[in-house]
Amino acid sequence: MIRVATLPRRLAWHIGEVVETSPETPRTKSLFLEVPGWEGHRAGQHVDVRLTAEDGYQAERSYSIASAPETGRVELLIERLDDGEVSPYLTDELRTGDGLELRGPIGGWFAWNVREGGPLLLVAGGSGIAPLMAMIRHRIAAGSDAPVRLLYSSRSYEDVIFRDELEDLAARDEALQVINTLTRSTPEGWTGYDRRIDQAMLKDVAFSPERGALAFVCGPTPLVETVATALVGLGHDPARIKTERFGPTGG
Amino acid sequence: MDEQRLDGNAAGGILGEVFAFEMTTARTACAHCGAAGEVGSQMAHMSEIGTVVRCSSCDGVLIRIAHQTEGPNRYFLDLRGVEYLQLER
Repeated sequence: MIRVATLPRRLAWHIGEVVETSPETPRTKSLFLEVPGWEGHRAGQHVDVRLTAEDGYQAERSYSIASAPETGRVELLIERLDDGEVSPYLTDELRTGDGLELRGPIGGWFAWNVREGGPLLLVAGGSGIAPLMAMIRHRIAAGSDAPVRLLYSSRSYEDVIFRDELEDLAARDEALQVINTLTRSTPEGWTGYDRRIDQAMLKDVAFSPERGALAFVCGPTPLVETVATALVGLGHDPARIKTERFGPTGG
Repeated sequence: MDEQRLDGNAAGGILGEVFAFEMTTARTACAHCGAAGEVGSQMAHMSEIGTVVRCSSCDGVLIRIAHQTEGPNRYFLDLRGVEYLQLER
């Protein structure tokens, strides 16, 4: 048998086909894409999406992949930013059957495979749930029992993305704990957290530092920086804290 | 001009246009302060002009990369801030 060394390849743009769209919350929508020649991704990776206007002007944005690698499809979670150049097109205009130019998967650093084991501490703000959802879904699809805790900050109960799926998964799996905090409004009878994530909350929720959890933090820049600083302050190993910030602008 | 301060992970796309290796897990050593780490763990400042990767320890410039799409299709790459790059498949 002849073994052919696979040469690494540079990233190239592909056209993915939108095969389904699904509203998640009032401000977010999932796009499901099939990408010819897609070689699979790792949970946590992202793609770059490129839109080209008729006059040739191009805008690029990065979106995390929310689907598990096992599905073979690429699910992107789009948050509609009213003054954005890209997201209103993706949420309002793009239809099933349309093509979308993208390249990826990108980024082996903010990625997790069940082989790396747990425990896993996931902290998300808003649409920062997307790459962490890929990790949770991958863990389940791969049959892993690694302990996972997700601390998820949303504005309100209606804004909790993937809420039903997360509640359902956590109810069936003792090793998966989902802890929500709602920062702007809470439904009647809410007994959970109702403030921005802070060090005291992380002390309650995070695994104790000596368990050596791997932490993935994704969300708006202030949240990510607060969480990373607090975790280090609580004695967590900085080398095991991986962050992915959204910029203040973009969309 | 919008500029986004992101993690080095976000520069994986443009670096992947130039390098045939996964760049967010490539290790760098900073030529300014000597701190070593993966590109994904550094800071990236991204705008329409280009991308600047800065050291997460000293904020020194590690990598500047820009892609000129009007006229000739041309990349500008400045690696002066990188003492070395360790690339793996």
